Amino acid sequence: MKSLLEQYAVIVGNEVIDHLKQLANPLKGMKIIHINSTKEGGGVAEILNQLIPLKRELGIDAEWEVIKGSSEFYQCTKKMHNALQGNREEISGALLKAYEDTNLQNYELLGSRLQEASVVFIHDPQPAPLLRFCSVRKGKWLWRCHIDVSHPFRPVWKYLREHVEGYDASIWSLADFAQPLSHPLYLIPPSIDPLSDKNKDLSESEISGYLDSWNIDRDIPVITQVSRFDRFKDPIGVIQAYQLVKQYTPVQLVLAGGSATDDPEGAQVLNEVKEFAGNDSDIHILELPPDAHRAINAMQRGSDIVLQKSLREGFGLTVTEALWKGKPVIAGQTGGIKLQVINHYNGFLVNTPEGAALRIRYLLKHPGIMETMGNKAHEVVLNNFLITRHLQEYLTLVLALLYGSEDRIEIKMHATA
Amino acid sequence: MDCALVAIATGEKAQNLRELRDCLKTTHRGCLYFHFWGGLLRQHSSDTEFQNDFANWSSRSLNDLRVAEQLSLIDPNVHKDLESLRREIIEVIEQRLSETEYVPWAKPGNEFQFIRSQTVVFDTGIRINKPEELKEIIPNLTLSSIFYHFIDARRRTIEHKNDFIVWLSGFGKKYAELINRLDRIDPYFTTLSELREETGDIFQQYFKNRA
Repeated sequence: MKSLLEQYAVIVGNEVIDHLKQLANPLKGMKIIHINSTKEGGGVAEILNQLIPLKRELGIDAEWEVIKGSSEFYQCTKKMHNALQGNREEISGALLKAYEDTNLQNYELLGSRLQEASVVFIHDPQPAPLLRFCSVRKGKWLWRCHIDVSHPFRPVWKYLREHVEGYDASIWSLADFAQPLSHPLYLIPPSIDPLSDKNKDLSESEISGYLDSWNIDRDIPVITQVSRFDRFKDPIGVIQAYQLVKQYTPVQLVLAGGSATDDPEGAQVLNEVKEFAGNDSDIHILELPPDAHRAINAMQRGSDIVLQKSLREGFGLTVTEALWKGKPVIAGQTGGIKLQVINHYNGFLVNTPEGAALRIRYLLKHPGIMETMGNKAHEVVLNNFLITRHLQEYLTLVLALLYGSEDRIEIKMHATA
Repeated sequence: MDCALVAIATGEKAQNLRELRDCLKTTHRGCLYFHFWGGLLRQHSSDTEFQNDFANWSSRSLNDLRVAEQLSLIDPNVHKDLESLRREIIEVIEQRLSETEYVPWAKPGNEFQFIRSQTVVFDTGIRINKPEELKEIIPNLTLSSIFYHFIDARRRTIEHKNDFIVWLSGFGKKYAELINRLDRIDPYFTTLSELREETGDIFQQYFKNRA
């Protein structure tokens, strides 16, 4: 059985793994604790699931702790999340008290370890107040914000800022997402894991098996958008683009998203989408459970073109996943998509359903260009958006914080064998 | 030696060409370094039209190709320090502002974000005594090591040359021809992998001819 580092070396090359080993060398044996609020589900948990074993394999004493809270706590943090993304959400004093009390209770369980840790990564707003309780800490504390806070509902940001201002630094996915704070604002984009079920290679028979089960005809081109049923993802615009293309060439559309049972607005959008799609048998609307990673993987791999026609987007990890699978992506010119899709290179940036339709027709007419763009798409992710690059930047950041704050930090050490 | 770079947002943003000039007057000089050279380590941006972020933003977000072309022609190699580079960028923008009737603007969401970087430098443990050994070593160096020895060296060494030239100069005139060939490499219009290949080829050819 190959070690994790050996498995990644097959994908990214030995030089990348050697680089990680050299960066981790001075951090060997150091206690680094990551804290978030969920063990499963969501991008943060997915990243930590791989990042922690990787750090441990590099000799770092890495740990991951999950804070637990009452339903009021989660009610509060859900509202906070929405408010930070720009929704007008008033949060009552009672909910904020539950938020702070929950953090205090969790600190009572974790406090002694947090005081001793060399570095503590706090992910997102849920555990942010822990810092306030840890008055005798030895190490550096970092607040990792995975949310787009570019246009927050100000009263909620003002409240949260009081909890995060005291950190030694914060980490943001993009400069566009950050808010000014008095400490350094590091920029580290998220990543995907090429070994996960969602991204690993699948056999042709497995891909066909999934597509057959959804009655998708593999002889007719398939365009796909994978995302929640949310108006910001513009699923109606995607159907409009498909309808414009279908006037000229046979094509099938797949809209794959999570089942919307726990999201009232999602259920409403899903109904609108179904109504707009009508009885068109070439439109496939797939409601998949949150753990259907291999199914999503197969759907992306079985597609000719992937769309992400978002009107507003965070980083857009579904775009990263599609690019990794060698698919050109036609996407809205917003958020982190602009960092990933290089117009006319590995896909197209569009602003309207008409623009999306034009690019779909162009690619279907030019399969050679589609293949070239797909190869470039894979390469962009290989070089920039895999978990190994993410880890490399975390290690660099930790070294920078521990060894000084200058532009250039020289570390006296020797490479590992 | 090798290095790794991590980006830091300064929080400064420019919506138009005038704001870009104003920010450039005061911004951290590390931003100039990052926006001119950092692109080499962000590998996918090797496909961008122009060689520095200011020119690319002027083209893509301001739709001002004239200033984009002028900014792209600024060669950071000819500047002995970043303050001199800063003066030239500001001069180019001032010139454009004086000749245009309106100030080009970017759409909301497309502002220029000033970013600087921190570089962590570490020892790879690789040691050589003879220049011949470099012909085997260079093709296997990481791209970030190439960045350190070629790009970073120019602002670190007294001679503003790459580390290979500085080291070879220590052997007197023995490697003058090799130094001359290395000195002719223009690292600006290239990617790090191309730079590694070009440097490796020079060492290969030089020592092959002498074998």
